[in-house]
Amino acid sequence: MTFGIRGLLALTWLEIKIFLREPLGVIGAVFVPVFVFVVLGRTFGQSVAGEGQRGLVGPDLAVFAGLLIAISAVLSLVTIIAIYREGGILKRLRATPLRPLTILSAHVLVKLLFTATTLILTMMLGRRFLDVDIPIPWVPFTAATVVSTLSILSLGFVLASVAPTARFAQPIGTIVLYPMVGISGLFVPVDQMPALLQLVARITPASYAVSLMRGAWRGDSWLTHTGDLLGLAIIAAVCTALAVKVFRWE
Amino acid sequence: MPARSVIQVSGLTKHYGTTTALSDVAIDVRDGEIFGLIGPNGAGKTTAMECIEGLRVPDAGRIAVLGLDPLRDVAALQRRIGVQLQEAQLQKRIKVREALALWSAVYGTRLDGLALLEQLGIAGKANAWFMTLSGGQKQRLFIALALIHDPELVFLDELTTGLDPQARRAIWDLVRGIRDRGKTVFLTTHLMEEAERLCDRVAIIDHGRIVDVDSPDELVRRHCPERTIVIQTVDERAIDSLGRVAGIDSAGRNNGQIVLRAHSVEVMTGVFRCLADQQIPVTDFRTFVPTLEDVFLKLTGHSVRQ
Repeated sequence: MTFGIRGLLALTWLEIKIFLREPLGVIGAVFVPVFVFVVLGRTFGQSVAGEGQRGLVGPDLAVFAGLLIAISAVLSLVTIIAIYREGGILKRLRATPLRPLTILSAHVLVKLLFTATTLILTMMLGRRFLDVDIPIPWVPFTAATVVSTLSILSLGFVLASVAPTARFAQPIGTIVLYPMVGISGLFVPVDQMPALLQLVARITPASYAVSLMRGAWRGDSWLTHTGDLLGLAIIAAVCTALAVKVFRWE
Repeated sequence: MPARSVIQVSGLTKHYGTTTALSDVAIDVRDGEIFGLIGPNGAGKTTAMECIEGLRVPDAGRIAVLGLDPLRDVAALQRRIGVQLQEAQLQKRIKVREALALWSAVYGTRLDGLALLEQLGIAGKANAWFMTLSGGQKQRLFIALALIHDPELVFLDELTTGLDPQARRAIWDLVRGIRDRGKTVFLTTHLMEEAERLCDRVAIIDHGRIVDVDSPDELVRRHCPERTIVIQTVDERAIDSLGRVAGIDSAGRNNGQIVLRAHSVEVMTGVFRCLADQQIPVTDFRTFVPTLEDVFLKLTGHSVRQ
């Protein structure tokens, strides 16, 4: 066990360093989301918020940002796994005593870490530049986002298995993941959507993620969101089981 | 006394869909030798090697590596074997020293990775990213990674493919060094020259079947015993006496040289005796010995390059 942990930590630390050396990786994963959030917020935040309307700078903006950060992390995972597979890197790592689970867990840890970092940076800068003086539930909201990311990452592994080559990984991920935002309940409540879309919303992680993150922002007790946690957990379990079946190492 | 077997394979069969990749393959690799599995691309070399390494599941057959079952005991086996995979890559921006450190951590070894780099001649690249290495440097790194836990048995799959002749020769020396330190090497190659220069014994594989196994010299003797002898002399009548030497199949003239063809090596003594007895003045004497390429062509009916 200790041996597995040592391998996991060594590989995770290494993947973090490698990720930081990829100039586009860090800029795309951390700086662009933060920058876009702040600029858009400054430009449109006040003008959109009319009398009695919900402004863009509101609780849902944070949830929206959190969801997008989670999805971009998953997209990055799908691409990296596809590139590693195509380059024979996954196969080479698997021919060592590193267990397959350890190799993939390292990537999950890296993504969760960068999701949390980006999210916290976004909230810090948002508070500084968007002239909002509200208490930010740092820990619960970050935790809710990370839990949501974990569930979406499991879906990412299924997508990474389906993608035939590294070139297709990014578009396939984009086509599947971003429409989830539309039916997540952020813009239209899930129970007001057409029946078919409701069904899709119920079996994809975004709706549970949004509900959980909203609750975390409001300061709800985690106990009131058992349903969301259960939904995310079931999706994670099903996707992980599926990924174990269909995952290709080469 | 024959050395103990390190790898024992029998009846190994593997299909990909309707294609037969391996058919009833038997291999026996002995302790301390460099054993080559040789054949053209697509002959099944890598599939066979990866079944033996425990990376691939065969359809049928018995495999024992260091007395272990590669599928059941894969964890125990991985600690005792070192592998280099065909066309493997590492993360583009991983540093050479980081790759060695990761492998050391994973194998829990105390071997000095930097000393290993020194031996392999890439110590100066310790801080370089993988993507900046040349083909030869990458292969040296993969050899270092295969050796980091001081394994008893090393697998090298198409180690020198894509390297220039100079880098290739340097790698051959490294592989001989591995054997000279008492390890066993199992390698695949489609380069017959590499097999001839490097391997103690080879198994020729074609379309998933083992065609023959032995030392390169013995395979040539067995399948291509014919020799061509070219003698340069000013003596016009020499061709008549040389043509009468027992064992000579034909004698002819070509550009002022005498070309003798024989089907056995025993003819050589007779040729020398004839040259001495007749006091024939000789200015050049060459023999052409068939190579593994010729053996391959003879055994399979096609060139290894096709």
